[in-house]
Amino acid sequence: MNDLNLTRRGVLLAASGIAAGAALPAPARANTPGQMEAAIRSVAGQAKIQKGKVTLDLPPLVENGNTVSMSVTVDSPMTRENHVRAIHVFNEKNPQPNVITVRLGPRAGKAHVATRIRLADTQKVIAIAEMSDGSFWSDTQEVIVTLAACLEDPTI
Amino acid sequence: MSARALINVPKTAKRGEVIEIRTLISHIMETGFRHGTNGQSIPRDIITSLTVRYNGEEIFSTLLYPAIAANPFVTFSTVATESGTLTFTWEGDNGFSVTEEAKIVVA
Repeated sequence: MNDLNLTRRGVLLAASGIAAGAALPAPARANTPGQMEAAIRSVAGQAKIQKGKVTLDLPPLVENGNTVSMSVTVDSPMTRENHVRAIHVFNEKNPQPNVITVRLGPRAGKAHVATRIRLADTQKVIAIAEMSDGSFWSDTQEVIVTLAACLEDPTI
Repeated sequence: MSARALINVPKTAKRGEVIEIRTLISHIMETGFRHGTNGQSIPRDIITSLTVRYNGEEIFSTLLYPAIAANPFVTFSTVATESGTLTFTWEGDNGFSVTEEAKIVVA
């Protein structure tokens, strides 16, 4: 066996390599933290993003990534002079970094939005609020997903 | 394509009151990242935007991405300024467009 350089471990490693290679093209490609950063910069420019004011509400443990309740609340008086202009939500590991973009104004009365999202993997989700004075505030949540969205073959 | 949309707006409100509005529309929100049983990728088919007008003036708008779950559900709030009509417009891939209205009486 050793003469042929063909150990049990070697064979198994090679086989698993082939299996992994074959499986690669099928699942959707997750985006990278770099892509998320680029998506954030495309809305915030070079502005400093501060922590605080924003509350991102997501369950810490999710059984089914296909529908996850999410809500974002921003601490703001929502007056003509001082309001939230927009809320952007990004994720780390779905195939695309954007989740939702919301445009608000003083007529909203309250800076609160809720929706249901998909999560392809255990990952970080970040909500960024753009204020009327041009400042940016954020909140980040870590979500553990046991059944991922997007990856199963649909039953046609 | 017809889609069922549900809108929850209070029928009456006091002037200046902050009211909560909930919307739900039936749509598969196909991400475009999945593959069918034959290995071919399934083309994207999602709703890309929801715009809400209050007596013609835009009060809320949102851009939706494939990360929004099927049958998009969106909740937001607005100040009840005057009696009138709220118009909700959803638009998306393949020419998807649905408009619904809700009336509100402000005392």
